[in-house]
This record gives sequence, C-alpha cells and structure tokens, in this order.
Amino acid sequence: MSRERHSRRLPVIVTLSVGLMLSIMPLPGWIAPFRPDWLALLAIFWAMQLPRTWSVGSAWIVGVILDVSYGTLLGQHALALCVIVFITVRFHLLMRVFPLSQLTGTVFALLALYQFLLFWINGVAGVSASAVTYWAPLVTGTLIWPFLHMFLSGVRYRAQGGS
Amino acid sequence: MVDSRGNSSSPARIPALGVRTLVLVFVSIVLMYLDHRDNHLDAVRNGIGVAVYPIQLIVDAPVRLWAWLGESTTSRNHLQREVARLNAERLLTNARLQRLTALEAENARLRALLEARSKVRDEVRVAEIMAVDANPYEHNLVIDIGSRDGVYDGQAIVDADGVVGQVIKTGLMTAQAVLISDTDHALPVEVNRNGLRTIAVGTGEIDRLDLPFLPNNADIRAGDLLVTSGLGGAFPAGYPVAVVDTVTRILQEPFADVNAKPSAALDQVREVMLIWSAPAADEERGDAAPESDDE
Repeated sequence: MSRERHSRRLPVIVTLSVGLMLSIMPLPGWIAPFRPDWLALLAIFWAMQLPRTWSVGSAWIVGVILDVSYGTLLGQHALALCVIVFITVRFHLLMRVFPLSQLTGTVFALLALYQFLLFWINGVAGVSASAVTYWAPLVTGTLIWPFLHMFLSGVRYRAQGGS
Repeated sequence: MVDSRGNSSSPARIPALGVRTLVLVFVSIVLMYLDHRDNHLDAVRNGIGVAVYPIQLIVDAPVRLWAWLGESTTSRNHLQREVARLNAERLLTNARLQRLTALEAENARLRALLEARSKVRDEVRVAEIMAVDANPYEHNLVIDIGSRDGVYDGQAIVDADGVVGQVIKTGLMTAQAVLISDTDHALPVEVNRNGLRTIAVGTGEIDRLDLPFLPNNADIRAGDLLVTSGLGGAFPAGYPVAVVDTVTRILQEPFADVNAKPSAALDQVREVMLIWSAPAADEERGDAAPESDDE
C-alpha cells in the first residue's frame, strides 16, 4: 500500500522539481516572456491523472514555493494554481475521455484563467507589466501541452509498470 | 493532508474539495494582504527560500561550470594578453587613484572649513549574480549573498560602470534586487555638469531611462552624465547612473522628453558590488521603497 503510494508520488515530485527548475532557468531576454507556465501545466496533468494523490493542497504548497522563488506576492501563484487545480479535479473524469485536441482547448481555457488571476492580483497590488508577459506563456503553454501530455503519460505508465 | 481521505468514496470527496479550495483561496488572500501591506512574512519567505536554494544552485550550476570551463581552457597566449591589458589598466587606475587621494584630503579639508559633515567612505563587497530568472513582471536579478552577510532591503548595487539597482528582498543566502530599468523604480539623480536635480524612472527597456520631470527650459543636453544625488537616502551620492541620450523639447508640452542610457551594462553584468554606506544604513527604512522617491 505505502509502496504503491510512494510509486505514485515519486514521478509527481520529480517532474515538479524539474518544472520549478525550468521556471527559474535563465533565458535570453527576448525569449524570456515566452516561457510556458511549466508548473501550471504539470499541475493540470497530475490533477487530471491522480486527483487523489495530487489535489488543491499540494498545488497550493507548490504555488507558495513558486512565489518565494519568483519573489512575487506571497500567495499569488498559490491562489491561481489552487483554482485551476480545483476545476481540473472537479472535471477530471470528463477531461480524461476528451480527445487530445479538445483537451488542449480546455488547457488553453485553464491557462487563460490562470493568467487572468495573476493579472488581476497584479492589478490590485499595483504591479505593472506589459501585456506580452501574460499572453505569451498562454500561447506557448498551449502549444507545448500535447507533447508534454504524451511525455508525462509515458512517465506515468512506466512508473506504475515498474512498481 | 491531501491524501488523508483519498480512498473514501467519490461523492463524499467533492464537497470537501470545494471547501478546501475556498479555505486555501482565503488563506492566499490573507497572505497576499499581509505581504503587500508590511513585511510581516519575511520569516516565512526566508524559511521557504532556504528550501528553494538548492534548486537555484542546481539551475545556476551549468552556467557556472561553463564559465569555469571557459576560464580553465583559455590559451596561454590569450592569458598573456589579458595580463598585459589588466596591467596597463591597473597603471591607469592607480594614476587616477593617486589624484583621488589628494582630492579626498582636499575635500575633507574644505568640508571641515565649511563645517559640513564629511562624507563617509562607502564599504563595498562583491557579489555574484546567480543565473536564475526571477519575477517575470519585473527587471530583477538574484545575487548569491543574503542577510547572513549583512545585506539589507534597499541596499544600493553598482557595477564597475555605474548603478545597477537596489535590493528589494533579502533571503538568508540570496537576495533579490530590482534593476534601475524596472518600470516601478525611480532614482533621484543630478546632472554632473551643473547639479540640476531630477528623477530617473525606469522604462521597462533594459537600455533606457526616462527623465519625466524636467521643464522645457532645463539646462540639460545629450551627453550629460547623471550621477546619484543621494537625496533618496537609499543610494549614496556620486555614483554614475546614466548618460543623457536624447533631449526633445516640445513647445506645447510643459516637460521636455529626456531619455538616458544607463552606464552600467544591466543585462551583461555577472559580478556586482553592494555598498554599505553608514548614513544610508541609518535611514534605510524610510526610503527603501523605490516608489516613495518620486514626488
């Protein structure tokens, strides 16, 4: 039982750590705004696949960690991640049977909500940033989703097959 | 926490999920409120910051390794040229420094005559910039020393050519700094030629500062050097900030449109210097927030 749970959590923790690294990895100036929201994408995937192991609480903790490493308002990314993970867990059964194209559309909507929440909080807190910082990750995130989805499904399959 | 009821039946789980989400959203809002109003949460930030530090180190490692490889595989020829160049540079700097000592003594004497408070020598320490991208909404950087080494919020950061920015969040082992080019950063400066004081505001572009508060008849022209005036209290006076690039005077407008180019290579620096200046340290709290300077 505990062994099974362990084998479920390990890929989540590993991919999230890699996601955090990708989130703070330095990129050349012009390409930096196009960095996808790796942690949001990972959060959606794991919430869809393992809604019992990985849910709003874990997403919130990851969000706080992201806030600290970004130096943004403490709780900003936590709130946004928490909300999109809630929606994903709520509809995970439906999302699992979606074909990939439809799923990508759903992910686009979730990412848009995520960016909107961040934008909204920034607006309330008086942080100004150019529009491209919100729109660019949305586009790249959606474009990268099908590949990420295939890759992570492979990871998950292997992790379960191995235990 | 997450998995405690993980194996209960599905229908019972859904309302709990909604409640949990609501609680977490509420906690986030309270956290953001506290974080925005005051810095009550510095301890929390530091605690989590220590946990994130290894990840930052891992991200930084390849860049560091690359630099190290580059250093250790340069040819002997190249090194010799480098040494020759540095020696020449050192001679030049030394020559200038000799004059500086004399000037400093003279300055102290004159100030004593005027009975003005003599300028305190600034204490400087070199810090390395970590190859870590931080906040996507700001121009900022992460340096590899923190409150453990005495770094404080609002501390001035310069490189060899001029002012780079100031510390905004101090962690235990790292600190985050905002660059002078950030849109929320305003810096009190004066024109070195005639002492005209104004504010240099970041534009969000890495190679441009804006001087929005200069009237049309202000005595400023392209090529003027802007230095810190020390009025904000956060930055010690006399460090070069930028060189005036263009001055456009539009007769209908009350203010001239003045752009300046930062002296420091904001996007290329790898090593920066942190300044501890005694008078600034006393009143660091008052003017630490960059926005409070522009009035």
